[in-house]
Amino acid sequence: MEFGEIVSVLLQGAVVTIEIVAMALPLAIIMAFSFGLIRLYASAPFKQIAIFYIEFFRGTSALIQLYWIYFVLPFFGITIDAMTAAVVALGLNIGAYGTEVVRGAIQSVPKGQFEASIALNFTATQRLWRIIMPQALVNMIPPFGNLAIELVKATSLVSLITIGDLTFKAKSLADTTLQVGEIFGVVLVLYFVMAQCLMFFIKRLEKRLSKGLGRGGIHS
Amino acid sequence: MNGFHWDWAFMWEVFPIILSAAKVTLLATLLGSIFAIVMGLVFALLRRNSSKTIRLSVYWVVEFIRSTPLLVQIFFLYYVMPEFGISMSPLVTGVFALGLHYGAYLSEVFRSGIDGIEKGQWEAARALNLSKLDTYKDIVLPQAIRPMIPATGNYIIAMFKETPQLSAITLLEMLQMAKIIGSENFRYLEPFTLVGVMYLVFSLLAAFGIHQLERRFPKEGFSLK
Amino acid sequence: MSTPIIEFKNVKKCFGETVIFSDFNFKVEENEIVSIIGPSGSGKSTLLRILMTLEGIDGGYINIAGESLWHMLWQGQYVPANNKHLHKMRNHLGMVFQHFNLFPHMTVKRNITEAPMRVKGISREEAEASAERLLQLVGLADKADSYPNDLSGGQKQRVGIARALAMKPSILLLDEITSALDPELVDEVLDVIRNLVKEESFTMLLVTHEMYFAREISDRVCFFDKGAIVEEGKPEAIFTQPQEERTKAFLNAYLGQ
Repeated sequence: MEFGEIVSVLLQGAVVTIEIVAMALPLAIIMAFSFGLIRLYASAPFKQIAIFYIEFFRGTSALIQLYWIYFVLPFFGITIDAMTAAVVALGLNIGAYGTEVVRGAIQSVPKGQFEASIALNFTATQRLWRIIMPQALVNMIPPFGNLAIELVKATSLVSLITIGDLTFKAKSLADTTLQVGEIFGVVLVLYFVMAQCLMFFIKRLEKRLSKGLGRGGIHS
Repeated sequence: MNGFHWDWAFMWEVFPIILSAAKVTLLATLLGSIFAIVMGLVFALLRRNSSKTIRLSVYWVVEFIRSTPLLVQIFFLYYVMPEFGISMSPLVTGVFALGLHYGAYLSEVFRSGIDGIEKGQWEAARALNLSKLDTYKDIVLPQAIRPMIPATGNYIIAMFKETPQLSAITLLEMLQMAKIIGSENFRYLEPFTLVGVMYLVFSLLAAFGIHQLERRFPKEGFSLK
Repeated sequence: MSTPIIEFKNVKKCFGETVIFSDFNFKVEENEIVSIIGPSGSGKSTLLRILMTLEGIDGGYINIAGESLWHMLWQGQYVPANNKHLHKMRNHLGMVFQHFNLFPHMTVKRNITEAPMRVKGISREEAEASAERLLQLVGLADKADSYPNDLSGGQKQRVGIARALAMKPSILLLDEITSALDPELVDEVLDVIRNLVKEESFTMLLVTHEMYFAREISDRVCFFDKGAIVEEGKPEAIFTQPQEERTKAFLNAYLGQ
């Protein structure tokens, strides 16, 4: 097989990989914020549910979660296609790690900010969203960036439930053409490029956000 | 397929088989961690090499390993290395892949641990005319290890949770075993759930163990004999 | 005599095992300026923080303008206050902090207008006009669009004062507002307070280590030690003829050099 052909097949797979990231990342962020906030502020029973979710998804392995959702849920009458299973499993998995990012960033906002917002008589909701969260967001960007890269890497697992992502395409090309060196070399480079692009955007986002939040805001 | 209910009899039938496969998982984790610690130290020390070319190339190697998927690295070692005349069993391949991947992560832990040693310690070692080896062995590492324990432990737990990926190159670890049992019996619920529980239990135990290790580790460091 | 604007009755406050107040009683009249002096760890700041509802109490009652701060009437009984009650009571109070606690992600102007707009529902135009007046008062009219991190410590604290005043509190709490400042910046902050009390009447409760300032500005000075008022009175009396040994020792240590 021509090198160009190999690359073009692999690029098709890369598109699928990017699609999965584009769908799982928003899910992960939603999970991270909702359960991170529940873990911090909700009443005891809700907190327990959040802790269970976080510990469960962080304590077991992503691949097992993926298999469980894909292979076991149909036994309960819940049949979902491979793509949905992939997005749900990866989103929930990365989201569980994200809760700790949200929690840590909120807790790192100095206590004085909270006290000043009480002294000015803001309501609890206003305190969180107008005072604490804008400052916490800046702290969240770098660890969320790392999680996003972990997500890109984790998408390779979906090849094991027959989704035609980059890794899947590589594996099937390797099985048929036996040009394994080129194929896996190109695949590694493609993942590396994706991660570097992501990193570049995250760095820019962090710069812009911390600028908008007061010239380097809380870091100075 | 009336799999709505949990079949205890089936679970007890499966349990010993999964448990025996756990030995493979644990062996891969253990050997992988040893290799990762060695690789991590090598990377970390090379990052302190006097040659800028070496420092920079090691930086990019580490960055490359860290930002590409472990699964692809496993495939790479398993399918590409034989082209160079190096054929390895799934277990050996797995140990190398896990070790390289997590060695890259650990090198950052070790690097910041070593950087955390104050300048005065290096200067004192130099003033005492200690060799480079002795400086690391007697002065730097004994003080640097304790603060490195939690992060190192967390990465080893993370590695443990990635061992199921070795099923992709047919290593008969827990997940692969569960998958085989599942497909033979058309019942995935019990085997997969069991494997999940095993991982949960092992990671919680390991997290507890690391905490104990860190607590019992002497704060003032120790001396290597 | 009218109802005191602040009244502590048998207040108890502990931090775990440590007892801060065991049976604390204290009154402040309307428009009175009271300075609280004393060694650190004597519970001075806790007193202000309890009033600002940053700390709860473990016993007793506190009344603000005749209404209970930490309790409310419910079916004829006094029960611990809920958030709504606390929200209402906080309208009486404003606080300036030792470490300024300005919001770093907002401009100086927004630091001052945010609470009046969001909490009191004042229109933006009105809030901004009032912020400009206040910035004029604290001498920072040209810094409205700066961010807190671009200001010096003294400037930050003057913004902190303006921010508290924007909520038009009837009681102003000043918690060691110059302690975190370099000595040469202390006076620019104290001058703001001096001008303030010349122009308007306030009930003001200040914890301070600036003895000369306390002497000059206060109607009454309280010397605090180990969670109790050891001695109180007119500033002249406290500073020139202290009666208690502990007061004398403290003032000697502070003013002796």
